[in-house]
Amino acid sequence: MARSNLFAVRKELPTQVRLMLVAFAFVLPLVAWSIVSYVPFVWHPLVLVENAGDTSVAGSYSYVEVGQLIEKEAFDARNLELAKAGAKLARGTPANPIYLPAPHEVARAFYTAFTTAPERTGDKWLHESLWHSCRIIFAGFFYAAILGVPLGILCGTFGFFSKLFEPFVDFVRYMPAPVFGALAVAVVGLEDEPKIAIIFIGTFFQMVLVVANTTRQLDLALLEAGQTLGAKNRQLLRYIVIPGILPRLYQDMRILIGWAWTYLVVAELIGEKSGISAFLYQQQRYRHFDNVYASIIMIGMIGLLTDQVLAFVGGFLFPWEGEGTGVARWLKSKLAKRAQIPKEKARAQERLATHPSPTEEASP
Amino acid sequence: MSQATLTPAEDRLLLPDYREQAPAIAEYFGEIRRRPVVMSVEQLTRRFESSRGTITALSDISYDVRKREFISVIGPSGCGKSTLIRILAGLDHPTEGSVLLDGKPVHAPGADRGMVFQGYTLFPWLTVRKNVAFGLRMKGLKARAVDEQVDRWLDIVGLTRFERHYPHQLSGGMKQRVAIARALANEPRILLMDEPFGALDAQTRASMQAHLLRIWQSVDVTILFITHDLDEAIYLSDRIVVLSANPGHIREIIEVNVPRPRAPSQFLTGHFLATKKRLEELIHPPRPTTDKSHEDLEN
Repeated sequence: MARSNLFAVRKELPTQVRLMLVAFAFVLPLVAWSIVSYVPFVWHPLVLVENAGDTSVAGSYSYVEVGQLIEKEAFDARNLELAKAGAKLARGTPANPIYLPAPHEVARAFYTAFTTAPERTGDKWLHESLWHSCRIIFAGFFYAAILGVPLGILCGTFGFFSKLFEPFVDFVRYMPAPVFGALAVAVVGLEDEPKIAIIFIGTFFQMVLVVANTTRQLDLALLEAGQTLGAKNRQLLRYIVIPGILPRLYQDMRILIGWAWTYLVVAELIGEKSGISAFLYQQQRYRHFDNVYASIIMIGMIGLLTDQVLAFVGGFLFPWEGEGTGVARWLKSKLAKRAQIPKEKARAQERLATHPSPTEEASP
Repeated sequence: MSQATLTPAEDRLLLPDYREQAPAIAEYFGEIRRRPVVMSVEQLTRRFESSRGTITALSDISYDVRKREFISVIGPSGCGKSTLIRILAGLDHPTEGSVLLDGKPVHAPGADRGMVFQGYTLFPWLTVRKNVAFGLRMKGLKARAVDEQVDRWLDIVGLTRFERHYPHQLSGGMKQRVAIARALANEPRILLMDEPFGALDAQTRASMQAHLLRIWQSVDVTILFITHDLDEAIYLSDRIVVLSANPGHIREIIEVNVPRPRAPSQFLTGHFLATKKRLEELIHPPRPTTDKSHEDLEN
């Protein structure tokens, strides 16, 4: 592949190259992580003590025991003490700090994190925590969308609503959602409600402005065309504005739901800790960093998966838009080959059956 | 080109005056003049206020459009052609004067004036069939009646095979045919067309012009057509309103004496060329002080 092709400005790359780059995007960080974890002379600032040597020898470093994870300097100093006394030396392997588990440990934790019971009774299992987080996100986002989307569409369509609501929304939007935390607890209590309220506040105000903006970007000519075809205000809204912005609205929602996830941790730490944040906090306290990494990666995967599923569904919902993500495009093309052709045939036959000769019928 | 080498006298020998009408043509225009007025424009003026002052886009425009007439409006760019058609459609409002449709003043857009835009403006989320059905659905017609009408219009514009397609799957010419069918399905009193073929390539444009003439002849519709293409205006129109720029006002209204039915072969006939020459003179009036050679020719 010629180099100039790889760096062509705003050109679609060949499929193979594209797939390879996408794979690299994930493989490269993994390789870096593996090198740091598995190559002994890269980093590894600590020593895992496998044999403490002669423990009867006294000294300022005599605290060294089997299974300890100690700094290299301390380990060398202990061996110096043992060597001076002529005793058996301690042995150990280079190790990384506990907060950087190796990839295989995290991979194992993907399974074990679900099977390890909580350390303290009353704490939640991982699946419970994840499910709780998803529920909070969904509820907060749902309420925000129920109110924010119609309001945004009204603001984007009518100058009246735009001037009435947008200035205030724009003002509130600059207040960070977490500052309403204490207030939310005072108003709606300690349980899930204040958390949902934070997600709501974090997404609602942005949503109104984003949706209003999307609505305003609808080609004015389409509305004018609608008017010359006899559509009145309410019909314009229902038959032109809403269907016209739907694909972009859907994209906006995809972006905003990602936004909601960023408010999740803040929301879950309000009142009583809950959900995935509580799980992370609990695992970190017991130094189960493999579980911590596993659950962080799981959040990323849930997010990515949701987004890809939404993009995929979007491709079917809006057949007039040639958009969607790479995976969605690929899947769609595979499915289209199988399903589309018989469907078209069926339609044609159906039409022939109901309108045997439309041309003769139509002649004036 | 070849005109430059001819003396005005020779020129006149070659080309008949556009005002010289054969008896049949005179009869044709006499008949048009006896028809009822569909739309009349009365002393229309449109000014735009801006921080740098007032710009007069249209000044004192008056003319009548008669039933089943094909009338074109041409003029140099910036003469307010588009402003005029937007006012006729009700999408813009005149500063002074009025537009009357069947004697009643026009204030807002409505289904009685169909419009075809240069940019197609098809609804991308609707199939061809549903685009054509749009106006009828807005009227609240029953599904069955809508279907019958749409079938008829799809047949007229020759797109029955493409009824399930979305606009993005169509070529420019096909899109514009959908737009025409969509506007005509409402059975408007007048069809306003704002440079509808301006974005098409030369061949598609020629076939669309012929297509439009066929539709106009077979359907009871009055057409007001905006263009900056002289050939297109002559080929299609009964009359041509020539606007001048800054401010846009009517220089002349020309009766096109090229006999109907029209065909592209007429582009080189004397009547056609004479009309075209007159239009060119009106749009680009000779400027004797700046063009010496032209002055020499005139004398």
